Amino acid sequence: MSSLAASDPRGSFGNRAVNWIDAHLKWILIAPSVIFVGLLIVFPIGYTIFLSLTDAAGAVTRPFRFVGLKNYVTWLTDVERFWPAAGRTAYFTVLALVIELVLGLAIALLLRKTFRGQGLVRVFILLPLVATPVAVGMMWLLIFEPTIGFANTVMKFLGLPAQGWLSDSGQALNTLIFIDVWQWTPMVVLILLAGLSTLPEEPDEAARVDGANAWQRFRHITLPLLAPVIGSAAILRSIDALKTFDIIYATKGMGGGSSHEAETLNILAYGQAFQFSQYGKASALLILFFLMIIISLLLLAILRKKGTRV
Amino acid sequence: MSATQALVTGARPRATSPRRRRPAVIVAGAARVVGIAAVVLAFLIPLIWMLLASFKRNLDVVDPSKVFSFTPTLNNYDTVFGAQDFGAFIVNSIVVGIGATALALVIGVPAAYGIARFKAQSMTAFLLMARVIPGVSLLIPWYFLFSQIHFVGTYGVLILTHLFVTMPLVVAIMTSFFDGIPTELEEAAQIDGSSRIGAFVRVVLPLSVPGIATSSILSFIFSWNNFLFALVLSNQETRTLPVAIVNFTSYASVDWGGLMAAAVVITVPVMIVALFAQRYVVSGLTAGATKG
Repeated sequence: MSSLAASDPRGSFGNRAVNWIDAHLKWILIAPSVIFVGLLIVFPIGYTIFLSLTDAAGAVTRPFRFVGLKNYVTWLTDVERFWPAAGRTAYFTVLALVIELVLGLAIALLLRKTFRGQGLVRVFILLPLVATPVAVGMMWLLIFEPTIGFANTVMKFLGLPAQGWLSDSGQALNTLIFIDVWQWTPMVVLILLAGLSTLPEEPDEAARVDGANAWQRFRHITLPLLAPVIGSAAILRSIDALKTFDIIYATKGMGGGSSHEAETLNILAYGQAFQFSQYGKASALLILFFLMIIISLLLLAILRKKGTRV
Repeated sequence: MSATQALVTGARPRATSPRRRRPAVIVAGAARVVGIAAVVLAFLIPLIWMLLASFKRNLDVVDPSKVFSFTPTLNNYDTVFGAQDFGAFIVNSIVVGIGATALALVIGVPAAYGIARFKAQSMTAFLLMARVIPGVSLLIPWYFLFSQIHFVGTYGVLILTHLFVTMPLVVAIMTSFFDGIPTELEEAAQIDGSSRIGAFVRVVLPLSVPGIATSSILSFIFSWNNFLFALVLSNQETRTLPVAIVNFTSYASVDWGGLMAAAVVITVPVMIVALFAQRYVVSGLTAGATKG
């Protein structure tokens, strides 16, 4: 085989080519994705940092000037839009995350043992997860419509006063958290179910034999063993919750409502860039936002490490 | 009911602990069934509500007494496919979804193999970054640069930018998939005279069909659902479904029936895919998360 190939000059060229490919295989495999990441992610981030130091605004062809850190100062001293938006982003993320983790853990434990129709139940849980977020927003917009929505029909049935939900500036953000919980709790459930299925049975059995009740076994065996998986779910969910955009834009529009009651940092940045064409200011805001995301992820990672060790 | 009672009160009067435990077990079992039913209903009722509203006349949507009893109509779907021309938007979403998925596979599968076999961990850090960065921060430079070369509004720009969503997904899923394929198979192929690249193409890839299916399905769904990039970078002709539905609400009075029909048109295809490919979707969504 090899002598045959060697006698054919084209074959030997082919062999040499294959050898060269094999010798550099790692880089040949990875190069396309490196180029992609470089061109479409690293370079744009660099460009965003550059724009954040300029007064770029209006038409994209308009020349712009270098203004130093002015945009950053403008945002960090802005108590009308920036800080409230940062507060809302944190509030939304923390509340949604905590509710989703608690509910997700409860549902995962509920669905853990096999039962008839388990497959079907898992499919139903999958549905909110794959539904297009914008369409989900529209769906809830109708359900939470104050006069004709299903939500207030239920409230009336329960003898409770009708609520404004999304249209009430005091309730809009909480209602959006509810929508996020509805759509993403299943994600936590799936991750935790996958985690639960990998847990060893022996410690639980041993504790049962020793007379530990269900709560004790959950608190002292299942929970500590599951802690790393809960940590992963928390990190995954918080990354996405911080950046929530689709449902807010779909239900509250640009600016997060008439008095910006649902305006998060992502919504604020989008409006600055693509409603008002303030590219420089928007870029500075996004860099600040990005730093906040990194900081909160580091905090979560530290928490997770601590939680795993205990 | 009486059978349950017989079960509780009858049999084995001497064994004390089973007698004491049984009612508790039955209560716990019933509570579990109720709990599971409540969970299913909580996730399904909104979707059923949306589906029902899409078959109602606007007059009936507004009427709380006609929640379930109404004369179904297809008028809303007429509006969606007729006046709103959703057929064209479906085509756009499919073209962009398939393009972004195919390109993500071509770039992402080799990269995942490289990461899994050559331990190129720095690449995973980059791809994690792609998850963390807010999409808006990429949109500004993209919009700046692409509009200067008149690339905005094309299918090309949508496919390229949706890669930002689909490629990290493909790499994450395929890396954990390749990690699960024993290296002995490739080594055997190499001993038989195959090159490394040959072993990858002829031995590993054919074994990877389930992983490729998982990542294809998920990246298509994520591209289909993506709203932000097309919101800025598409135009009248290349608009995708999520952008098209938002235009429904920009009218003075909302056409609720039409809006729900549009929402159904967008979400139902993805849900049907999820129904039939449940195993793949679940394994793809949870890939990597349980590794700690």
